[in-house]
Amino acid sequence: MTLKSLLMGATIAAGMASGAMAEGDPIKVGFVYVGPVGDGGWTYEHNQGRLAVEEHFGDAVETVFVESVPEGPDAERVMTQMALEGADLIFTTSFGYMDPTINVAARFPDVKFEHATGYKTADNVSVYNARFYEGRAVQGLIAGSITESNIVGYIGSYPIPEVIQGINSAFIHARQVNPDVEFKIVWAYTWFDPAKEAEAASVLIEQGADVILQHTDSTAPQAAAQAAGGIYTFGQASDMAEFAPMPRVSSIIDNWAPYYIARTQAVIDGTWATSNTWDGIAQGMVGIGEITDAVPAEVKAAAEALRDSIAAGDYHPFTGPLNRQDGSVWLAEGEVADDGTLAGLNFYVEGIVGSIPQ
Amino acid sequence: MDLSAINPVLLLASLMVAATPIILAAIGELVVERAGVLNLGVEGMMITGAVCGFVAGVASGSPLLGFVAAALGGAAVSLLFGFLTQFLLSDQVPTGLALTLFCLGLSALIGQSYIGVKGPEVADIHIPLLADIPWLGPILFQHDAMVYVGLALVGAVWWFLHRSRAGLVLRAVGENHDAAHALGYHVVRVRLVAIMFGGACAGLGGGYLSLVRVPQWTEGMTAGIGWIALAIVVFASWRPGRVVMGAYLFGGVTVLQLNLQAAGVPVRVEYLSMAPYLATILVLVLLSRNRSARAPGALGRVFHASR
Repeated sequence: MTLKSLLMGATIAAGMASGAMAEGDPIKVGFVYVGPVGDGGWTYEHNQGRLAVEEHFGDAVETVFVESVPEGPDAERVMTQMALEGADLIFTTSFGYMDPTINVAARFPDVKFEHATGYKTADNVSVYNARFYEGRAVQGLIAGSITESNIVGYIGSYPIPEVIQGINSAFIHARQVNPDVEFKIVWAYTWFDPAKEAEAASVLIEQGADVILQHTDSTAPQAAAQAAGGIYTFGQASDMAEFAPMPRVSSIIDNWAPYYIARTQAVIDGTWATSNTWDGIAQGMVGIGEITDAVPAEVKAAAEALRDSIAAGDYHPFTGPLNRQDGSVWLAEGEVADDGTLAGLNFYVEGIVGSIPQ
Repeated sequence: MDLSAINPVLLLASLMVAATPIILAAIGELVVERAGVLNLGVEGMMITGAVCGFVAGVASGSPLLGFVAAALGGAAVSLLFGFLTQFLLSDQVPTGLALTLFCLGLSALIGQSYIGVKGPEVADIHIPLLADIPWLGPILFQHDAMVYVGLALVGAVWWFLHRSRAGLVLRAVGENHDAAHALGYHVVRVRLVAIMFGGACAGLGGGYLSLVRVPQWTEGMTAGIGWIALAIVVFASWRPGRVVMGAYLFGGVTVLQLNLQAAGVPVRVEYLSMAPYLATILVLVLLSRNRSARAPGALGRVFHASR
């Protein structure tokens, strides 16, 4: 009895002490990941961003993360738990976390949320994304130039605007250098399932593709292409340099660190406000991995020129004349797609065969 | 739509490869369940086998040693389950689930420095003469050794369960452990051996993924195949032959749906994606409709000799 009340007293005292210490506490930043941090792709790069935050702020910031969180009710539970445990800023790093983020944010108005690749904002929810389609343009140019079978395989994850932007951008720039190129698109309906991704890559190779583009997170398609031999691939989200110089001939690298550091700083300074960030090659959020010597020198030069002109703002990957798949006019000569249309993109451009799952 | 792009020979050949990890894991779990133990840790044992096999394969450069390590790894973690359920008499369902969660973490830890590393090459065996038969050759006789090991294992398990005395004892233990005990059979020992066999098979299945099918190590790479194997055992009414059929059906429709997508067949992708699950459940349910598809009598029940 005495011991019990003693313990209770101690607990209460400890609780009050920690409450009083809240002023000097480090800022707590949470990260919710859709895959494991060791996926070698998407989640790996977000985790690199988290590590950069830790290194930059030292003891002033504490970070926590939960990996392999399914998109759905589980995500909401994980976010709620993070908010209850005192996180001040939570990054939710997958498109499917959009509604869970909005729901949880409504219940914790004092916690700041940052949702990657979505489009719904609130007073305490910002969104951020990278203009991956800029990198896809460079990939498309290389793919169209180096394919010999004129069949490019594309492993899609989910039919969401971000992925469709990538397919369109790659296709447009592949067709510019090679009018005969065709895209075969397979939807894996997963962000991360190495066996299935490898299977998808093998199927595309069996059906004649000699270049594989992937919008899924693991390195399995790279390994499958390597096993098949003579196939070109591109690193997705992360450099995947361990597969260079063949099959991986270049890559899109997501660099989240500067953004994560800036937003954490904003929370520390008390200047955090809802924002909608969509940065590309120019700001360094999208990086183009080294183009290997497996690509002919003139193709490499053209790809780098395209990259530089996008970075300089001289060229937009979605510049007219462009038609929709059904042949109707989307962008007139010289017209550039606006961000609103791109953010909700739900159609293929002219020339792509197949329909987008609705 | 261009169906001619689908090569039926390549399709059937990749079906056999896609089904192999499921067959390996499922045939092991079948033996475990026939001994009256429900081990839901198949996914965990698979991923442990995947990482152990890959690490050993990279370190030694020999895929054979990789597979041995995969089997040993799977068996080792299954012993943990065996100890908890057979000696400490813990409930098998939560223990199995816990095993999966534990193994997912353990494998991530073991495999940390092996991400992105290239594994040893596994050569395909071209069986002389048979491999040269047009059509059938490439489909059946030009695979890596594990495809045949898996099938041989199914045959061996069938023979063991239905034609050997030891198999009869194992089934007796699984049907009624009190009666088996009264007859003087060592229930716990039989079950431990069965659990280890199941673990080794699941480990082999995992090793097949990381050494042959993907082939590399990535965290969480089994991505649910263990659960599929578990379900197939039930839908196959605990019969070895049907396990093979279920696994081929599942693997086959998985490969087929990707092929149809790539060929541009105008069917909604959602339907194609659910097709493997639907087809497998449907066929196996229809098959087990008439015959008594009864679970082993003592499945999942805790045994203690004093009772």
